Amino acid sequence: MIHSPYIRKPASVQRVMFNVLLALVPGIAAYVWQIGAGILVNIAIATLTAVAAEVIMLSLRKRPVMLAATDLSAVVTAWLVALAFPPIVPWWLTVLAVLVAIVAVKHLYGGLGQNPFNPAMAAYCTMIVAYPALMSQWPAAGTVDFATQLHLILGGARELDAVTGATALDALRTGLRANGSVATLLQSNTYGAVGGRGWEWIAAGYLLGGLFLLASRTITWHLPTGFLVGLGVTSGIFWLIHPEQFASPLFHLASGGAMLAAFFIVTDPVSGATTPRGKLIFAAGVGLIAYLIRAFGAYPEGIAFGVLLMNICVPLIDMKTQPAVFGHRGGRQP
Amino acid sequence: MSEWLMLLLGTALVNNVVLVKFLGLCPFMGVSRKIDSALGMGMATTFVLTLASAVTWVLEHALLAPFDLGYLRILGFILVIAATVQFVEMAVKKNAPTLYKVLGIYLPLITTNCAVLGVALLNVQEGAGFARSVIYGLGSAAGFTMVLVLFAGLRERLALARVPAAFAGAPIGFITAGLLSLAFMGFSGLTNH
Repeated sequence: MIHSPYIRKPASVQRVMFNVLLALVPGIAAYVWQIGAGILVNIAIATLTAVAAEVIMLSLRKRPVMLAATDLSAVVTAWLVALAFPPIVPWWLTVLAVLVAIVAVKHLYGGLGQNPFNPAMAAYCTMIVAYPALMSQWPAAGTVDFATQLHLILGGARELDAVTGATALDALRTGLRANGSVATLLQSNTYGAVGGRGWEWIAAGYLLGGLFLLASRTITWHLPTGFLVGLGVTSGIFWLIHPEQFASPLFHLASGGAMLAAFFIVTDPVSGATTPRGKLIFAAGVGLIAYLIRAFGAYPEGIAFGVLLMNICVPLIDMKTQPAVFGHRGGRQP
Repeated sequence: MSEWLMLLLGTALVNNVVLVKFLGLCPFMGVSRKIDSALGMGMATTFVLTLASAVTWVLEHALLAPFDLGYLRILGFILVIAATVQFVEMAVKKNAPTLYKVLGIYLPLITTNCAVLGVALLNVQEGAGFARSVIYGLGSAAGFTMVLVLFAGLRERLALARVPAAFAGAPIGFITAGLLSLAFMGFSGLTNH
């Protein structure tokens, strides 16, 4: 007798995670090209810490070490932490963040597949609350050479006013609070064609990788679409009402971590919603909260908080969006 | 109107009574194992908190302030809150016996829920008017209920997760509550405009 599923595909955790890593490569390449090779050092530090923490936690929990440590999931978390953080954070901040992600948010909840929160984003929130100054020093494109980046990462003295500009989002918000208008602010050197100068190329790299993930069916369309529509529509409404005070949807989609979030962060298969309708609601909620925090909140980037807040809602979203069992007409079966 | 709405949202989300002000933690940890009981507890607390905000405002402005009896405030407030809770308890026992059984000891404990007394005292401290006090109570209670239900949803899921033995139960609950509080810090600054 043959059992379902009848159509199989050779998907394993390792295969899925490898696809995600592969899809991150164009974004990282653009990062190195536009900002500098310091990010590679950060990625290396994060990866080493993540794998070490994973092995130690697995052996402490008496779980099969080799099987789980080679599934690459910890490496994905490490890369996301490195890419979401400023490229010149000191090494100990990266180590600390990865430890929060792997030890506290992943393994204390039972390891891969059990954690209710996105480890990388929980680490981002922890660090931006604990070290707000270090977490908001972003180098402008082409201002910090590799030697300086390495010096800063290794914990060198930070005299940064000369080299770091605010991010596109940060500069816009400071300018607007000082009664500037969007149109004149966007003329300044911080901005490129659609987003932050240099950073928009990185966003394009993430978009390319994201399309690969969609084409290879590693992720479904629901989550990226929900997020982009949620962020785009919310920023569009405010932009239509007050184009002088709120930046355009295109700017918001190309700035900050929007593209990274759309294809690599909200698509976390563990901590996000699992039903098709639930995925749309979850991702749209992240986009909405991210915009509100960007435009009105105290933090420059709201995606991480949006993800965490929607993670909290996931059990209820999944419960309320159960698809009807085939044969039942829309009846909500408990 | 929009000002009231902002106040309601502000008290429910930005200054959430549990996750930002850290009031009412006992029922937050105690009655969050099941979504149903969490919702019941939230509803009961909402009723008590809103009513108590109104009654304590009257007590403060009709009795304590005119006769300069400020030193009796905590005593007086507790008395009024206890009476309200007793009233709710009788109503729940008559109308929803199952919920009454589920809530058990936690229902009379609303009396000592520091969120209820805390909101009443904060109202006095801020010199809020009657309508503002009631909205403040309602918003706080709505935030309390929302967080309690969401937390219960998470804990129902945690009960099935393979949490390391040393962290199973209350410890992972506390860690989760901490992460919830971290997430709510994202709202900070949202209503200062």
